[in-house]
Amino acid sequence: MSDPKPAAPAAGGSRATMKKELPERFRNHKHVWVFIEMERGVVHPVSFELLGEGRKLADKLGVELAGVVLGAPGADVAHACKESFAYGADLCYTIENPVLADYRNEPYSKALTAVVEAHKPEILLLGATTLGRDLAGSVATTLLTGLTADCTELNVDDDKSLAATRPTFGGSLLCTIYTLNYRPQMATARPRAMAMPERQEGREGRIVPFAVDLHEQDIITKILSFIPDRDSNKTNLAFADVVVAGGMGLQSPENFQLVKNLAAVLGAEYGCSRPLVQKGWIPSDRQIGQTGKTIRPKLYIAAGISGAIQHRVGVEGADLIVAINTDKNAPIYDFAHLGIVTDAIRFLPALTEAFRKRLSPHSKDRLAG
Amino acid sequence: MHFVVCIKQVPDSAQIRVHPVTNTIMRQGVPTIINPYDLFSLEEALRWRDKVGGEVTVLTMGPPMASDSLRKALTIGADRAVLLTDRFFAGSDTLATSYALSAALKKIGEEFGKPDIVFCGKQTIDGDTAQVGPGIAKRLNLEQITYVSGINEVDGEGRTVTLERRSEGGVQVLKTNLPAMITMLEGSNTVRRGRIDDALRAARAEIVTWNAKDAGIEDLQMCGLRGSPTVVKKVFAPTPRAEKAALVELAVTPAENAEALIEAIFKKTPKIEDDLVKLASGF
Repeated sequence: MSDPKPAAPAAGGSRATMKKELPERFRNHKHVWVFIEMERGVVHPVSFELLGEGRKLADKLGVELAGVVLGAPGADVAHACKESFAYGADLCYTIENPVLADYRNEPYSKALTAVVEAHKPEILLLGATTLGRDLAGSVATTLLTGLTADCTELNVDDDKSLAATRPTFGGSLLCTIYTLNYRPQMATARPRAMAMPERQEGREGRIVPFAVDLHEQDIITKILSFIPDRDSNKTNLAFADVVVAGGMGLQSPENFQLVKNLAAVLGAEYGCSRPLVQKGWIPSDRQIGQTGKTIRPKLYIAAGISGAIQHRVGVEGADLIVAINTDKNAPIYDFAHLGIVTDAIRFLPALTEAFRKRLSPHSKDRLAG
Repeated sequence: MHFVVCIKQVPDSAQIRVHPVTNTIMRQGVPTIINPYDLFSLEEALRWRDKVGGEVTVLTMGPPMASDSLRKALTIGADRAVLLTDRFFAGSDTLATSYALSAALKKIGEEFGKPDIVFCGKQTIDGDTAQVGPGIAKRLNLEQITYVSGINEVDGEGRTVTLERRSEGGVQVLKTNLPAMITMLEGSNTVRRGRIDDALRAARAEIVTWNAKDAGIEDLQMCGLRGSPTVVKKVFAPTPRAEKAALVELAVTPAENAEALIEAIFKKTPKIEDDLVKLASGF
């Protein structure tokens, strides 16, 4: 059991209305941090998206933006720092230890907690990935501070508190959450929930190494092996430029092939709405929406998807949303930019063929146009 | 072996509606279910109990009516159900929830034997945070393995568990010591339908019901709203988009419609044509 935290204010009513001075021991917490998620030498793009948001917060607060990079000693950590600077970090704290070569909860949460306790950030952001969620919950519990998951908007209010907005009740509503009396204020955001900032080549920053006493013999969980996903199973759905998705309007798992065919012609990734996963037609890593993946493609084509609020939450970042649905009153037409009220099953083969003609290198249409 | 599964009773999100004027959740008449992700953890606990022997206890924190979900879990095959309920828990965020559940898990250890594996759901469908499991693990010093796609071996004598954990780009095969806190990935097993004798037993079973004091919680300041560092300041509806979708006028054949839609797409965002040509040609 962790140390008990000091009693929270004990007045009745909602704490939301009780703004009070930050306790003395938290007053020197300063700066905005982003946990830079790296696995097998690759920085997860969500870390750069968070640096983009973190940069805005740090500028509003007039403080610095730091990345925190954990890993085995070597070139990967230095490379992650360089990338973090290019995406807006002023400095990076680095913890290099062979124990940190691959992610495990115990050494990662110990290392991150230690550097937070030593250097005291006021805001700590992590990606809501499998790694980030596993880590954030542990660190927040050890620090006994607040953690807001899956934020879609981050801001600082007039008295410099972090205002973390997230969907609630499956996206039907949004709520803004504060951690008023504890530090750091922690939040996670899902990949693609925030826009990718511009990369600034050659932008530099300071590296601040931090030592943590970690030894393999003290770590209980052992990694026996790592089985990489076969390429055929990998999806780039969250980061794809063009996405085609199908919903219940397709009526059968066989008809989902129509979505895959269009995606293949467009060089797009394919996805689906939640009911198709629940019915077992499509694997869950293809699900788009609040409980699936968030996407931000340039073009999103939704075929036979009604556009339930929980789907909407995952696709609103798309530049152009095109809906194909027989029901002109379907909620998808409330947030799509373009629509065609027709049966996706009959329409998709025609659309696929038309795109094929249009996009082929020898297309007369394209040369003429 | 003692397996404890933490479950949550949640509103069936597919049936949640927001009042169009007041922007409040219309809970009336919305049925409650066991959080679907919890069922994969319950199933995994039952499978290993059946294989290596032992008991499965289900635990939930919630209002008295959360006993419905516990009884459902008994129907599926759990051996014992514990309900942690007290008005002091109202308004708990994830930190306060993990505090109360950790206390109840300790008490379960004293009363019914120490848990070897505590299972939690990957996340809930109402809060979606995935934070309570890790919170419990940290507070009780359990080895934490989340997003488990399969448990290969539970060794009661060697006190170890070997399992596969989903991570970015692959699966980690891990071996760790008991006691552990595990969350199962959806689809990692097939949730059983309860047997008729389980249903009969569940109907008569007594649900162990504890308040904060029963669970050994002395510091009520760490419970409920008071023990929650996060504060919900504002709840609001998403801003609707000002314009509805521009609808393509329907022609006679699907082919004509397809041409019209493509024209509309390229007209709306001219840049997309170049992007598509590049993508389609594999560059």
